[in-house]
Amino acid sequence: MRTSTKVMAAGTAVKPMTAQAAEEIAAQDFASIVESHRPQIFRFLLASLRDVDLAETLTQECFLKAHRNWKHFRGDSSAMTWLMRIAINLQKDHWRNRRLQFWRHTQANAIGVDEASDWLPNGERSAEQQILAREQVAQVWKAVEGLSARQRTVFLLRYVEDRELSEIAKATGLSEGTVKAHLSRALARVRAELRGTR
Amino acid sequence: MSWRDKLAGEIDDPMVAGALENFKASVDAWSEAAYNRPRTVVTTARHNWRLAASWALGCMLAAGSLAGGLYERHHRQEQARIAALKAAEQKAALVHAAPEKPVKATIVSKRQPTAVKRAASENEDLLATVDSDVSRQVPAAMEPLAQMMDSNGTN
Repeated sequence: MRTSTKVMAAGTAVKPMTAQAAEEIAAQDFASIVESHRPQIFRFLLASLRDVDLAETLTQECFLKAHRNWKHFRGDSSAMTWLMRIAINLQKDHWRNRRLQFWRHTQANAIGVDEASDWLPNGERSAEQQILAREQVAQVWKAVEGLSARQRTVFLLRYVEDRELSEIAKATGLSEGTVKAHLSRALARVRAELRGTR
Repeated sequence: MSWRDKLAGEIDDPMVAGALENFKASVDAWSEAAYNRPRTVVTTARHNWRLAASWALGCMLAAGSLAGGLYERHHRQEQARIAALKAAEQKAALVHAAPEKPVKATIVSKRQPTAVKRAASENEDLLATVDSDVSRQVPAAMEPLAQMMDSNGTN
């Protein structure tokens, strides 16, 4: 009888987590995820859309969606990959809706290639180097503009977000081979643009 | 491994690698500036009157179409009623014009009692007047006798 009591006492010592406590921990986890990944998601959407307001809106929607489905996140991939996947889907939905609602007066806030290439850290460059770098950036933007949606996504995830091929494949739902093929085509386009052969 | 080394290992063309490096730096700078920019709250008051106007217009259209429908329905009912009355009058007139078919007349009077009765009584009055007028018209040869009868009747 004593033994069983001890066992019970030992059992109660390791207190099982209550649902409320689990929710609190999950909320804290999610808050830290938002804090650490929000700028990256925003950057990816900004580079994809070249529209600050739209990128902000979709970033918020992305985290809202993530928050709603946070309990379903099993951790098969990293949180970043999961969030990227949500962001890519939101972006697709946005373009689809915009195509369907072509009769609506939509404000096109996307900035031009030249304006986008104005952003460049000064660093320790000379004025000449700055101008050259700006020209190169404008050419890359021009090439990116001509890519298909999928190629653009893959290109930006690789060369702006610095994601590995396996992560890109998971985020886009493509095979690694397809990702490689898209990257190769995108790079060929960038190369051609930089050499002025397009 | 730094980003530059990574690119150099992946892309053999130094010009492309350099351009991509600049591109990333540019996007990073733009994103950072946009992310940390001061946010302004835009009120939706500007759009409220549009919403109200569209609602008002929608309500007016709905009310107009409803009123139009009701008027059309009423108009049709009225026309149908007038047509029925006319038909009844015509039938009643036919009944009086053809007295050899009294059965039909009774059927008509059963179907539309008030209108038919009224029309019938009017017709009867008219016929009675005509009869009396006709009966008063006598041949010229009988005129003295008729005058005598009149003077007898009045006196």
